[in-house]
Amino acid sequence: MIDLLLLILLVACALAAVLMRDLLSATIILSAYSLIMAVAWTRLNAVDVAFTEASVGAGITTVLMLAALSRTMRGEDGVGPVVRRVRWTLHARSAVLFIVIAFTFGMLVYGTMDMPDFGDPDAPAHGRVAKRYIEKSYEETGVENFVTAVLASYRGYDTLGETTVIFTAAMGVILLLRRRKG
Amino acid sequence: MSEHVVIRTVSKMLIPFIQLFALYVIAHGELGPGGGFQGGVILGASIILYVIAFGLEEGRKRVSETTSDVLNSVGVLIYAGIGLLCLLAGGAYLEYTSLPLGTKKLASGLGIYGIEIGVAITVAAVMITIFFETSSHDD
Repeated sequence: MIDLLLLILLVACALAAVLMRDLLSATIILSAYSLIMAVAWTRLNAVDVAFTEASVGAGITTVLMLAALSRTMRGEDGVGPVVRRVRWTLHARSAVLFIVIAFTFGMLVYGTMDMPDFGDPDAPAHGRVAKRYIEKSYEETGVENFVTAVLASYRGYDTLGETTVIFTAAMGVILLLRRRKG
Repeated sequence: MSEHVVIRTVSKMLIPFIQLFALYVIAHGELGPGGGFQGGVILGASIILYVIAFGLEEGRKRVSETTSDVLNSVGVLIYAGIGLLCLLAGGAYLEYTSLPLGTKKLASGLGIYGIEIGVAITVAAVMITIFFETSSHDD
């Protein structure tokens, strides 16, 4: 029941963010979207993901988008009046776009039909290494939370790479945006 | 700027608790949900809240450009450095159990703790840097 409610709220937020003309409002709505998504992750027992979604998706991303908006323009300029002018080329383009989007949506739905049921113990994701993580990770890494054990120990190289990517992002921002002295 | 007195008072009261919570999340990542990444983001967010309430100038007094620049790389260096220490101790890169810190379980736990702190430092500093750089105008 609550899952259905969350899903409806998510779709409503996504639609509102797309349809909103004012980018500031769209950013705030996306923040709400992330917060609802965090609740959904908690419902799926993925608390670590929920934590990241709440702090990064709902928190930091919103603030960084607002900072970026403060440097650029707030409105979605030049979209409204041009689209409303009725021309047959525009109709043709809309029709093609609609077909492409409907086809992609159909393919995506077709793709989900092959997915295992939620919580299915025979699902590929639960078959191979998951058992070892659950049974052995405390003995092998000395860490109780096996999400942390996977991230920091079994997949330690990946996490080092991720940290380097974040570091590189800061370097890029400094190189592009920092005011040079003199 | 005196009209922001409510925002300023509330953020002044909240920021210590946010930072304490961030440290808790970093330290608690081995037992429950959380870890270096989430804790670092929360730590960075507390500084960003301070800057939003008190302005860029005041924020730069607390976290100077040099501090955040240095901390950006310190975190990655801690992470990669622990990997190198594992090499020096005779194991593979980032093989924490090779560290000479008592039992293998303890060595691995401490190694993971170390890299979580590294991740937290880099993530917090990067968030602060990106916010400072994008919100300061050139005019």
